[in-house]
Amino acid sequence: MHKLPFGTPHHGQNAWPDYLADRAGRVRDPALKRFFGAYDLDPAMPIGEVPLVALDLETTGLDERRHAIVSVGLVPFTQQRIQLPRRRYWVVKPPRPLSQRSITFHRITHSEIAEAPDLDEILDELFEALAGRLVVVHYRHIERPFLDAAVKARRGEGMRFPVIDTMSLEAQLHRQSRWARFKRWIGRPPASIRLHDSRLRYGLPPYQGHHALVDALATAELFQAQLATHFDPQAPLHRFWH
Amino acid sequence: MDVELLDIRQHMVGNPPFDTLSDDLLDEVAAAVEVGYFRAGTMICEDGQPTKDLYYIRSGAVEVYRRNGELFNRFGEGDIFGYFDLLRNQRVRFPVKAIEDTLVYFIPDELFRRLCDEDEQFADFVEVGRPRLETTVDHQHHDNTMMTTRVRKLISRLPVMIEADATIQTAAATMCDENVSSVLVLSAEEEASSRTFVLGDGKQWRTLGILTDQDLRTRVLAAGLDAAMPVAEVVTRELIAIQSDESVHEAMLCMLRNNIHHLPVLHRRRPVGVLHLSDIIRYETNSSLYLVGNIYSQSSLKGLERLEADVRRSFVGLIEDGANSQMVGSALSTIGRSFTRRLIELAEEELGPPPVPYCFMVMGSMARNEQAIVTDQDNALVLDDSFDHERHDAYFLALAQRISDGLDACGYTYCKGDIMATNPRWRQPLRVWKQYFHDWIADPNPERLLHSSIFFDLDHVYGEEDFVEELQDLVADQASQSPRFLAAMARNALNRTPPLGFFRTFVMEKDGKQNNSINLKRRGTAPLVDLIRVHALACGSRAQNSFDRLDDIAKTQLLVGRSSERIRYALEFISMVRIRHQVIDIQEEREPDNNIEPENVSDTERHNLKDAFQVLSNAQKFLKFRYPLPS
Repeated sequence: MHKLPFGTPHHGQNAWPDYLADRAGRVRDPALKRFFGAYDLDPAMPIGEVPLVALDLETTGLDERRHAIVSVGLVPFTQQRIQLPRRRYWVVKPPRPLSQRSITFHRITHSEIAEAPDLDEILDELFEALAGRLVVVHYRHIERPFLDAAVKARRGEGMRFPVIDTMSLEAQLHRQSRWARFKRWIGRPPASIRLHDSRLRYGLPPYQGHHALVDALATAELFQAQLATHFDPQAPLHRFWH
Repeated sequence: MDVELLDIRQHMVGNPPFDTLSDDLLDEVAAAVEVGYFRAGTMICEDGQPTKDLYYIRSGAVEVYRRNGELFNRFGEGDIFGYFDLLRNQRVRFPVKAIEDTLVYFIPDELFRRLCDEDEQFADFVEVGRPRLETTVDHQHHDNTMMTTRVRKLISRLPVMIEADATIQTAAATMCDENVSSVLVLSAEEEASSRTFVLGDGKQWRTLGILTDQDLRTRVLAAGLDAAMPVAEVVTRELIAIQSDESVHEAMLCMLRNNIHHLPVLHRRRPVGVLHLSDIIRYETNSSLYLVGNIYSQSSLKGLERLEADVRRSFVGLIEDGANSQMVGSALSTIGRSFTRRLIELAEEELGPPPVPYCFMVMGSMARNEQAIVTDQDNALVLDDSFDHERHDAYFLALAQRISDGLDACGYTYCKGDIMATNPRWRQPLRVWKQYFHDWIADPNPERLLHSSIFFDLDHVYGEEDFVEELQDLVADQASQSPRFLAAMARNALNRTPPLGFFRTFVMEKDGKQNNSINLKRRGTAPLVDLIRVHALACGSRAQNSFDRLDDIAKTQLLVGRSSERIRYALEFISMVRIRHQVIDIQEEREPDNNIEPENVSDTERHNLKDAFQVLSNAQKFLKFRYPLPS
């Protein structure tokens, strides 16, 4: 098993290309092979030139071992444009039945799910849509572990991949700065880094949340806003990915 | 429609030109947009760069510049921009900068062109050939209110009703008492049925029929019937009625079809009124005619003063009936002239006949037949050349004083510039007036003309019509021959500039300053009227009304292309916005004025006003170029 290059963004930043190349050489599933083979990301590449894709999953809960994916939404984008016409959205049938609580949460109903395919049936298309693009998520501890577990269960091999986490960026900008620490020290509550609240800081409009595609779009817009506000388009990719 | 795109669609559907798109096209637009974020201070479109998209502002705000860096316009949430560049050569000629953090939806060129092809209103909105202003104005005029106004609006009182066993004489007496020309005849019913209704007494009733004046004549008197017989014997049993939510148009057709003059109006089965043919006629021929009749029947100033409320009522009525600005202007001017004439008649009764012939002349909006509900008086006396100051002036001063005070009492306030017949300068024999006009035209001085340009709209109201006609001829003949005069008038017409545009809750001025309200007369209609007057004088037109003047101007080569048409639409639109806001003021019991607050302006109105002010601004530029000051 490979040692995964997690940690701070600056630690092990150059390990991702090796890992991805290695996986591309080893995986047996043809769709996964194409997915890993399509990565062509140099850690020094300017962020303004990186092909991106915002990804969001709706799940029945927060634990990838007990809960399942019910919908997947993604939108390809770049620093300049969000290619909404190329959006993809799938509802999938989880192997375990839905709880009432999760239904109220993401508003996907039983009948909608009853007619939906198993995740396995859309995986090839999903990999295709993600291929060659760097995934952007808001809170990285959902999408990656859930996909890893679900893919491993269906294809016998997991998938790990680099992501940019807009929530983590927001935390760095609003919680770890000297100013934020000072405000916390004088007893002010820390800035909320939830998707909706983060967007408001950049003048982005409120959207109906908890729909995988709407949240993916919202995440893409947030990352565009973060880039426009805090970063030079020449900033190297390795400053962003995890 | 994908549910995830609803939010985008929802937002666009609230803003022109998307608000009128078909659902299918709207779905396509929402599905096709791309998205981009621009931080405040960054350029969205750079001069000369290729452009392939129409831009829609989802949130934030932008500034659009001319190539020389001058601010052209500001746009906010829900506005579109970039279509000029898209329609021309697909290169940016109007650079755009985000002035707030801005989220933009890009609509691809291909789809933009399809929207223009497939949706006429969309094309109207963006294409230069037929600006949205004209479309709006045309749409307003095509609304026929008779088709849409419901009958119930015309009902002024509950129907008079009597029971079927009452005598014919009782019926006639009731009609006299109530001063009506018909009664409805009801019978009490034991049980509820499909024909019964409940009245305030809780009982079941059925409408047997209607009895009219004419029935009393033909069925009772001519037939020699006994007036003690029950009305049930003579009532018209076949009840032709109309539901209260039908249109006025339908009511009229119903009366014509059945050849009847009285039409009961029902709410379900319960009678709520009786419509008389005259109600419809009164509705059709706007009620200002009745008001005018009323003015002439007053025998005192007090009586005239009491009609002030009626003026406002008929003004509101005109707008509710869908009148355009020309109709409103002409109705209000007719009313104003009627007040003036009646005041003169009353004054002459009191002072005796005039010692020499005279003409009472009006200037400004009344002369143009463009009077508004908020107006002051501008008038003058043109006296016969045999006028002798020593012997005659006391009479005319007294006359002028009575008229001026009377007009003020009736709601036409004194002229702030003292342009009234009470001022000895404006109470002169015809030859002096001719000299005045001759001097103004031959030796114009912008300063002087600023105060007296009001005299170049002049019309007769009472007395010797010839006097004013001679002055009008003089102006028409001499003005067009005098480039210096036209140049001076043109300078005056440039004194008041239109506001550059509406932005959020304020009006943005050319120098970037902001105003929280805008005087539509001072910044819109007045400068338009001024510039129309210059062109009209230049082409020797004798017309006084701005729209008539535009007709005369259009017959010449003075304005290129469709300029005169655009000016017409701009004047009509700004006038109507002004009028409508005054109607709202009156309805909400505020004193009407010429100021509107941008926050009370709808999106469509805002866009159209922007266009109208742009037309004015362009027309002023042309005016400056066309009538240069001779060196």
